[in-house]
Parts: sequence; C-alpha cells; structure tokens
Amino acid sequence: MDWGAGGMTRPGAASGRENLLAKVVAITSGKGGVGKTTSAAAIAAGLALRGHKTVVIDFDVGLRNLDLVMGCERRVVFDFINVINGDANLNQALIKDKRNDNLYIFPTSQTRDKDALKREGVERVLEELKQQFEFIICDSPAGIEHGAVTALYFADSAIIVTNPEVSSVRDSDRIIGILSSRSRRAERNEPPVETNLLLTRYDPARVAKGEMLKVEDVQEILSVPLLGVIPESESVLRASNTGTPVAFDEDSPAGRAYLDAVARFLGEQREMRFMQPERRGLFRVLFGRA
Amino acid sequence: MQLARLRVLNFKFSSLFRPRPTSAAIAKERLKIVLAHERAGSHAPDFLPRLQKELIDVVGRYVEIRDDMIRVSLGKSGETSLLEINIEIEGAKAKAKGLGSVVPA
Repeated sequence: MDWGAGGMTRPGAASGRENLLAKVVAITSGKGGVGKTTSAAAIAAGLALRGHKTVVIDFDVGLRNLDLVMGCERRVVFDFINVINGDANLNQALIKDKRNDNLYIFPTSQTRDKDALKREGVERVLEELKQQFEFIICDSPAGIEHGAVTALYFADSAIIVTNPEVSSVRDSDRIIGILSSRSRRAERNEPPVETNLLLTRYDPARVAKGEMLKVEDVQEILSVPLLGVIPESESVLRASNTGTPVAFDEDSPAGRAYLDAVARFLGEQREMRFMQPERRGLFRVLFGRA
Repeated sequence: MQLARLRVLNFKFSSLFRPRPTSAAIAKERLKIVLAHERAGSHAPDFLPRLQKELIDVVGRYVEIRDDMIRVSLGKSGETSLLEINIEIEGAKAKAKGLGSVVPA
C-alpha cells in the first residue's frame, strides 16, 4: 500500500499523535496542607491569563477540593474516574472556567478511593488531554502512596510546594527522590522531570527575626531551582472563601507572586519580590489593612 | 595599651552576651543532618538489614550481644565504596564454652 502519496494517512495517526508541545506538570509536596491545591489553581489560572490553554486535574480522589477552590463545585457532573472507566467522555467531564476561556477544570470523584486511579486509564486520559491543551496541571494528593505517585508518574515537569518549616522540607526532599526514581521518565531513562521549588506561606518578618527558614536555606537544602516565593497573605484565604484562584487577584501580593512564578515557569526572568518585611507606615498600623 | 585592654573587655562582654542560634538556624542544621542520613539510606542496597541480622546471629554464638551493638553501613571513601561494620563488644560477656557445636574444641 502506498502511504506517502494520495493524501492517505496511516491508520490511527491523526488521533494517536502526541502533541509534543503539551506539558504535564505535577504539583506535589509529600506533606499535606502546604498549599498544593491553592498553587495548582493559581498556576493554572496564571498560565490561562498568559494565553495558554490549560487544564487543571484533581488527583485527590475521595478528597476532592479543587472544584471548591476554583469555584465550580456546583457544576460537577462527571469526573476523572468516570472518564477513566469509560462512563463519560472527556468533554462531558471538563468544566470550562467562567472567568477565562483558556482555563478548564477536571474534577475528581468524591466517593471513590485512590485505587480507582488505574495507571493505564490515567495515561489514556492524559494522552487525550494533550490533543487539546498546552498545559496539564496535576494537583497531587498528599502522601507518597498510590495517588501521589500516579499524579507525578507521567509528569514532564514538577513543582514542589514547600513551606519554610522542617517537616515540609523533609517531605519535599522525599518526593524529589521519588520523582527522580519512580517517574515514567526515570523508568525509561529519559531526561529527568524538570523540577522546581515553590516556597509558600513565606513570612519575611519572621525570617528577619530568625524565626523561620530563609528561602536561601530551603533552596540550599533541597538544591532545586527556585520558581517563586509566595508570601503569607490574607488574600489566599479570601480567594478560597470565594472560589477564585488567587492569581486572578492581581492586587494581592500572593496573586502577584504567583503571576511572577508563572512568568518564570514560561522562561522569563523576574526578580523575586515580597522577600523583605513590609514597612508599615503609621497610618497603616493604626487603620491598616494588610 | 589602653586599646588592648579595651579589646579584652570587649571580648569578655561579647562572650557574656553571645547570641544564641536562632530557631531557624537550628532548623537548618537539623534538616541537613536528617536529610544527609535519609539520602544515604535511600540508596543503600536492601541486603544491609539482613546482613546485620545474620551478623548478630553469628557473633551472638560467641558473645552475648544486643541488636543495637552491631551497626552496618555502606559509605564512600574517595573513589571506593566502603562497607563499614561496627561491632561493639565492650562489656559483652563471652558465652560459656562447650555449649554448642559451633565452638571448635
């Protein structure tokens, strides 16, 4: 048969071809409560604001929260597990963000458990997402068990969310080890998962007093490139209260810090901000809003 | 002369009020130590615990020994890998002879 002439294509080539530009990004940390979901939502929103078609997937089966943080909890009909099991197709489950046309949310199941994340099923869904999206952000569950390993297994890139605190740094070190030994890239001897550090809940005033690990200390200990430092900020709780990714709040320090981190992720040079204690004038001290 | 005395005074004064390490500095040191240990452990071959157990069995035939008196570790000394076995026998009592066939006559 002649495949070259006559405009014929090889069977399966059109649907099976991988979008080589699509990037799978795992947001992971080992430890819980450090800001993985907040960061996944903010980074996905930031990438969408920069014009990149982005989907953010919740891998935390049984403890779904990305839908709440993204403010689409009432629009969930089908989920990740339904699509893995073939009970729904991708476009039935994807939720289009109402604030940005480039942003989609892929919620997970609240009733199943992490064992429902079958590796072959996840691979199939990710391949399908790669046809439509530039960035696929995987919001990992806490821990180092099946769910967390599945969330990072297919990653091209990983963002390690760390708090400047001993248990978080230790768990981050552990997850960095797992990325370099148990990811698909590691198993196949491919170039390693591009790994970056995102330091969250950073309080420059406490750092100045010697009460909190410095960003330089954390970076020295973990020795991975620094993507950004997100200052402790009231705006983060305000954002989750209202179901708005904090990157949409461009007036807040945390929102701007996330947008800076996204710009660096896209290869831009940006100076680190919000690393010095904020000087509060007398007026702000007396009548202040942080 | 006066300057020298001032220095002595200054030295004593500062040692009296030497700043204690901040809690952040303590955190950094503790992390460095624990992670150095864990990173070394994560690359250790998994035969080490078995080797340790068998050594305890063998040595235990001759002297009374507790599990924690044998430490086995794999490290590096320059280019060469070093299997380090530390057996603490100070204070361990020799077992009575002739108890088992393991002790040659």
